[in-house]
Amino acid sequence: MSSNNRKKLLLMGRSGSGKSSMRSIIFSNYSAFDTRRLGATIDVEHSHLRFLGNMTLNLWDCGGQDVFMENYFTQQKDHIFQMVQVLIHVFDVESQEIIKDIEIFTRALKQLKRYSPDAKIFVLLHKMDLVQLDKRQELLHIMMAKLQETSAAYGFPELVGFPTSIWDESLYKAWSQIICSLIPNMSTYQHNLKKLKGVMDAREIILFEKTTFLVICSSNTATGEILDPKRFEKISNIMKNFKQSSMKLKSSFKTLVLDNTIYVCELSSNMMCFIVLNRADDPQDLILGNIKKVKAYFQ
Amino acid sequence: MGLRRGGKSSICKVVFHNMQPLDTLYLESTTNPTTEHFSTLIDLAVMELPGQLNYFEPTYDSERLFKSVGALVYVIDAQDEYMNALTNFAIIIEYAHKVNPNINIEVLIHKVDGLSEDFKVDTQRDIMQRTGEELLELGLDGVQVSFYLTSIFDHSIYEAFSRIVQKLIPELPFLENMLDNLVQHSKIEKCFLFDVNSKIYVSTDSAPVDIVTYETCAEFVDVTIDLHDLYKDQAKKDTSRELKSVSALNNGVVIYLRQMIRGLALVALIRPDDTDVDSCLTVVDYNVDIFKNGLENVWAHARIKPEDGDNSYA
Repeated sequence: MSSNNRKKLLLMGRSGSGKSSMRSIIFSNYSAFDTRRLGATIDVEHSHLRFLGNMTLNLWDCGGQDVFMENYFTQQKDHIFQMVQVLIHVFDVESQEIIKDIEIFTRALKQLKRYSPDAKIFVLLHKMDLVQLDKRQELLHIMMAKLQETSAAYGFPELVGFPTSIWDESLYKAWSQIICSLIPNMSTYQHNLKKLKGVMDAREIILFEKTTFLVICSSNTATGEILDPKRFEKISNIMKNFKQSSMKLKSSFKTLVLDNTIYVCELSSNMMCFIVLNRADDPQDLILGNIKKVKAYFQ
Repeated sequence: MGLRRGGKSSICKVVFHNMQPLDTLYLESTTNPTTEHFSTLIDLAVMELPGQLNYFEPTYDSERLFKSVGALVYVIDAQDEYMNALTNFAIIIEYAHKVNPNINIEVLIHKVDGLSEDFKVDTQRDIMQRTGEELLELGLDGVQVSFYLTSIFDHSIYEAFSRIVQKLIPELPFLENMLDNLVQHSKIEKCFLFDVNSKIYVSTDSAPVDIVTYETCAEFVDVTIDLHDLYKDQAKKDTSRELKSVSALNNGVVIYLRQMIRGLALVALIRPDDTDVDSCLTVVDYNVDIFKNGLENVWAHARIKPEDGDNSYA
């Protein structure tokens, strides 16, 4: 991988829509409960995150109060919107002023069109937990149709949207996909993983980033098994909780072997693999040996 | 039992039903005595009594109630004015002690999460002193009362319940001895015998309990169960096999979980130091097998006898 891998991500949305909460949960090990203590973001908060070793994410968390917003679109527009790889726009589903929310979104798109036309656009409909279960799908549908239309008009036809909430796993799912879209050699990983799956006769192998536990890719070839469709996010969640509890023992987590069928271990300095085997009676040494051998391919 | 709005239902829900502490805000006032049975190790029957009733009305068969229980847990709200609660408590003790002198009396000084460190200690001392005086007045100064500071937002409530449950297990000294033996011979730093559903620890070795270690172990139980549940449909025979999971940390500590009998799980913290992890685990495996056999022997006959004494209500 080349070292020139700086990615600029803009995190935008109206004030109070939950931008900083997301960032804190995914990248700073906050629990959903802790985010109540966060105050308003002043102007732009930059964070630099190393991801998968040589990829650096520059996350620009843009405070969403109208004063700052106005500033972004006028004085600072070339500074903010230049060389953007990804725009993540957050919508609060409880918001009263939807028209205004969309207007800000279009203004952002307009600037992006001018300064970085190749950017990828993601929208998150956040705080979904506040909507009744049976209404969520409908709401998402209406909102996405509207946003799709708006963004297509500005030359970004492939808009991807996710319903999210900090209180469940949907947040991990959305961020996994956003981050995955930035990884350049995805197909190599996928290919290697598929091979590994064949060699180990595994039921499923999932690759996680080590610090955030976001899913990078999985070897899931649909074999007709019915597995929990939300399992990736759930695993992210569970493992992250475990990582935090192991922090209390002033250490970090290395390996986990459950019941001789589930193996979780380090694959490289920034990846974890999660392997579920078909059979429980393979000797442990053999499997651990296999994993060790494989490491070279995932550096 | 306790006065109304003391947090009794919340405690039950959090400890025995894995409810999120925040959701307990929406609980309604309990209106009827409720009984629930947990047939794990100690066949616990938790009875929850509504706070606003007068038990000395003849319609309640309170005598039978008090006679059949092993422990009485009284909840005092530390954030509220507790004078009323203390008077109420004294009346209850007097009655309960008359009916059943063997009853364990436990007091939870509850909702301490909102208090500062100094204030907690003050409150506890104040409550202890006042109950002492009340009991002296009633001529019951021989009654043993234990106090616990608890909150549902951390692990203190589990800790308190663990202690309470432990008092109800007649086999406890054996268990502790067995665990001590296990610890001594397998490089284990600390081990707990957990009830899987409630994450109450039924027993531990005699080394002092460190709350952080307990939390980590309790969370490890969660991790194991959750991950196992995600993929368990693969083999239908899963119930027959015992669950086992091992996790190594970077500083050399190994967390080890093995399923035992009757909904129990053994969780141990192992420090292999210089020795090889594999060989150390083999030794542990062997020793745990022996321990498990021991457990089976201890409880081989226990199921038959009626467990009147093992009821408690909160």
